[in-house]
Amino acid sequence: MPEILNREDIHTFKELILSLTGEDVSRCIQCGKCSSGCPIAYEMTHLPNQIIRFIQLNMQEKALASNSFWLCAVCETCSVRCPENIDIAGIMDALRKISRQRGVKAGDTKIARFNEIFLDSIKKNGRVFELGLVMKYNMATVQPFKDASLGPAMLSKGKLKLSADKIEDQAPVKSAFEKSKPFIEAKSKE
Amino acid sequence: MTESSQDDNIEVLTYSEIESVEGFVGNFDVTIRKKARSVDMSRCTGCGECVQKCPTKVPSEFDMELGKRKAIYTPFAQAVPNVPVIDRDHCLKFIKDKCGICQKVCPAEAIDYEQKDELITRKFGAIVVATGFSLFDWTVYEEYGGGRYKDVVTGLHFERMLDTSGPTEGKVIRPSDGKEVKQIVFVQCVGSRDEAKGVPYCSRVCCMYTAKQTILMKDHFPDSQSYVFYIDIRAAGKNYEEFVKRAQRESGTTYIRGRVSKIYDKGDKLVVQGADTLAGERVEIEADLVVLATAVVPNPDAVELAKMLNIPYDQYGFYTEAHPKLQPVESVTQGIFLTGSCQFPKDIPDSVATTGAAAVRACGIFSNDELTIEPKIAWVDAEKCSGCFNCMEACPFDAIIGEEFNGRTVARVQESICHGCGNCAATCRTKAVNVRGFSDEQIYAQIEAPFMETGEKEAEVA
Repeated sequence: MPEILNREDIHTFKELILSLTGEDVSRCIQCGKCSSGCPIAYEMTHLPNQIIRFIQLNMQEKALASNSFWLCAVCETCSVRCPENIDIAGIMDALRKISRQRGVKAGDTKIARFNEIFLDSIKKNGRVFELGLVMKYNMATVQPFKDASLGPAMLSKGKLKLSADKIEDQAPVKSAFEKSKPFIEAKSKE
Repeated sequence: MTESSQDDNIEVLTYSEIESVEGFVGNFDVTIRKKARSVDMSRCTGCGECVQKCPTKVPSEFDMELGKRKAIYTPFAQAVPNVPVIDRDHCLKFIKDKCGICQKVCPAEAIDYEQKDELITRKFGAIVVATGFSLFDWTVYEEYGGGRYKDVVTGLHFERMLDTSGPTEGKVIRPSDGKEVKQIVFVQCVGSRDEAKGVPYCSRVCCMYTAKQTILMKDHFPDSQSYVFYIDIRAAGKNYEEFVKRAQRESGTTYIRGRVSKIYDKGDKLVVQGADTLAGERVEIEADLVVLATAVVPNPDAVELAKMLNIPYDQYGFYTEAHPKLQPVESVTQGIFLTGSCQFPKDIPDSVATTGAAAVRACGIFSNDELTIEPKIAWVDAEKCSGCFNCMEACPFDAIIGEEFNGRTVARVQESICHGCGNCAATCRTKAVNVRGFSDEQIYAQIEAPFMETGEKEAEVA
């Protein structure tokens, strides 16, 4: 089935991205420099420039079904090198938000799971408790011994702690979570 | 060039610069600085003995510093006139007061270390500006090495290498180690179409010269392979599209649609990291040599010259034509014409065509005894003028001069220079200056007309 383009909503997705990020993807000339330099692109279902193209053509479902924006490491190589000064990493972030709000099934469910566990840890302690995070995540994704071999070496070098460290002042973290409630509480339909 | 230098009606002043331009169409007074070349042009026979014996070697600007020239030199073999010049910044005679070999060996006694710059003033009827362009400084691209890798060169370097009488005698070699080039990558739009680091416009010539260079590369070195990273191929021109096809089909040039993100070294090779947006894949090529198609930009002193000539220029420093469609070779200032890439990036056929057009337009002026000008220009009512000359300050065309009137100095508009912009009329405190057709009375009448009652209007007409 071809994608149907029509005048009523051809700019809808573009305008949503503009309102969320201030980035106008109409500026993109599809040169592909973002994709050329992306260190994560080899794992992505679509290259960054293709994601931008989906936005330009209002192919919302295609864009949100991709795993590209979940994998994006926000290293910002694309944003720095973009000849049109488009903050592609910022757009990837906006896609994550839209995806959560709409309850779209993440292109790669593991990533969404990781993000949830990561945020839980922050919410509880104000910072990441690495050991707890790794254990919870590996249990959740049914690979309990995946990183076990790294444990002893990291413990002996003091890179891992056995119990969670809490930060002193929890209030700012709490208020940050309060503000981002709409994005965090909307669980993806899994 | 040789032909025009020998024509009776053409005087070629080389190694000279415009110092100032006064006057107006038909009456330009141009002061020219003939720079001291330290060689007497009337005596020199062009035998080249001095160049051969000169002991000082300097990187050659013409060969993009891939080769050397002497401190006394002609910039390139076919240079007109065939008279060398001494580079005073490098010549031992000028920096240490030593050597002097050229003077000793010159059979015509033409070497003159004492020669001074000469200022001459001439009258001209029209001026054609053909000052050309410069290339974008690509070293701002840190991701391409920022100039650290010797084997990342520009199209102009590559062009010099292909020349059989050039610095490498036609061999394409790596500047770093002189080794042969087997795998070569061409990168388009370096500086062009880049609002972040370069210029937003397309440089117009790179697509075609790159296609030519890949064809020549395959021609001269059959077991070489060329790759071209491009965003769009702009081959609009007679037989241009066919030419690019020839590169792709007959010379095996592989075109990859995507912009290069990074170039880095790996051993003695350069890794070009790009993507093919058509395949949706990232690609990497290990290249021996990388050739960048750098953007065409205005000369660094383009704005300075524009101010001297009193001609408008755009946000980049390219000179602006009077009308983009109907007056493409005329500048807004009467009697000054534009051609070539000082106006915007042009290839050779376009430059030749616009040069012919500009020359004929200039001749058009000379063929008339009188000039026709626009009627809507400013005039000064000398009775009212207080002689404050605020208008002179306001005029962007320097059209206003002082004139004696009843024992006072008052302003006068030189009709052939005025463009009727109205700055002077707006500035004048005594309302002595008006633009014909736009006097205060006329403008007020226009404003009042729509608000008049029908009867009133008829009464007015009657």
